Amino acid sequence: MGGLCNHSLALTGIAGDPGSRVHRLDPRAKLVGLLGLTVVAVSTPLALWPVFVACAAVLAAYAAVARVRPGDLWRRVRVVLPLVLLVGLFVPFVRSGGRAYDLGPLTVHATGLGIFAAVAAKAALGTSSAALLAATTSFPDVLRGLEALRVPRLLVLIAAFMYRYLFVIVGEAGRMRWALLSRGYHPRHALHARPMGRVATAMFLRTYSRGERVYLAMLARGYRGAMPQLVPLSLARADVAFVAAVLLALVPLRVLGAAA
Amino acid sequence: MSCAIHARGLTYRYPGGREALRGIDLHVGHGERVALLGPNGAGKTTFMLHLNGLITGQGGLEVAGLEVGRDTVHALRARVGLVFQDPDDQLFMPTVAEDVAFGPLNLDLDGDAVRERVAEALGAVRMRHVADRAPYQLSMGERRRVAIATVLAMHPALLVLDEPSANLDPRARRELLDVLAGIDRTMLVTTHDLPLAAELCERTLILAGGRIVADGATDDVLADEDLLAAHDLELPAGFDLERVQRRARPAGEPISPR
Repeated sequence: MGGLCNHSLALTGIAGDPGSRVHRLDPRAKLVGLLGLTVVAVSTPLALWPVFVACAAVLAAYAAVARVRPGDLWRRVRVVLPLVLLVGLFVPFVRSGGRAYDLGPLTVHATGLGIFAAVAAKAALGTSSAALLAATTSFPDVLRGLEALRVPRLLVLIAAFMYRYLFVIVGEAGRMRWALLSRGYHPRHALHARPMGRVATAMFLRTYSRGERVYLAMLARGYRGAMPQLVPLSLARADVAFVAAVLLALVPLRVLGAAA
Repeated sequence: MSCAIHARGLTYRYPGGREALRGIDLHVGHGERVALLGPNGAGKTTFMLHLNGLITGQGGLEVAGLEVGRDTVHALRARVGLVFQDPDDQLFMPTVAEDVAFGPLNLDLDGDAVRERVAEALGAVRMRHVADRAPYQLSMGERRRVAIATVLAMHPALLVLDEPSANLDPRARRELLDVLAGIDRTMLVTTHDLPLAAELCERTLILAGGRIVADGATDDVLADEDLLAAHDLELPAGFDLERVQRRARPAGEPISPR
């Protein structure tokens, strides 16, 4: 638990060249640009597969300018992608239509395979967009961007606290796990999972009381229900150019393809 | 404003019915550095929370020139800086600079004034170089000092610290002491670290069972072994109170009330 989480946390944060032109873009531009790309990809049917290629090309160019190495990107995408693909994995077996292929006791249909291919392409593009956003934008900047884009404050606040306390909670969970192991806890079958339930309860209570203490600390420094902002964001020409370039590269292709 | 803290018969009962404070009478003058000692569960933290209006009990309480009540809490929180024991409770923003800016922004200061205060407060605790780091990337000692900066940035008249030296290694503790000795504010420090009290504070109180049971010069209170033992306190073995050098106050202007 602790080891795995620490490993995943090491995969967050900035990658590539922090001084690159992509890294220096306004977080709002990156959010809108990459979200736009994801929406285009998700809305595209398999028949318009060149749109997927165009999306991938834009992401590759983005990664190249930001100097994010393919290996770094793959390590981040690998964490999420299998979970997303798992959902689509059953489609070829249950969706009938088109040519049928026999695989021993199972039958796979061409329509199902097509749907799976489209889902896989969308999932890969979506997770790559998110991973590239995270690799080129610090989390506080993402939050600032979201707030400036009028995402409800409460949601931004929840995300901010999650980010801040994730590391604290992971640390606590790791220490509790060591405490179990150091007293000879070696789970061998499902019934042995009970102590983990107790750990989860303890974690919940600790997190709850920490929430109360954090709230007191906020009140003590004059909190009145609104999170104040120190650094106002400002859009430069490069930011507008970036969003325009991404959308101009993809939207016409998508729209014309659909019309044709 | 003659007194920084002026409590008259302050009592507090937790919602469960347990009495945490049983009639506190206390007067702390401007510029005093006071150590608040006492065993666990004595009511130290409860008393601290009162000073910022986070909880309110019965009886009279005037802090930094304001009668504590519903109408005054906002002004009060600007004047009283509360530093919590666990810096992870105090540092809740994504970066150190944003966290230090949180208080001044709540005082409705403009951007430049806030930036100035952030730089000044981080400078006072010698932590300017970590402004853009995330709190989880800092050591315990560094987080403690940043937590102090978060309240210094509000320019409080009174600084209240809960167990500032808890969980620090000797070097971090020494650095913290250096930082605290350099801060020119009225200070109330709750602690189990008696040598810290001896080095920093000229006056010491002992709180036990919700009452103040001793109030005097730190040298006298800490020299009274029977008194300390009666309240589950003791100096470290071999500690020589006579050899303690009390930290001098920072040179410069005398403390000016806001």
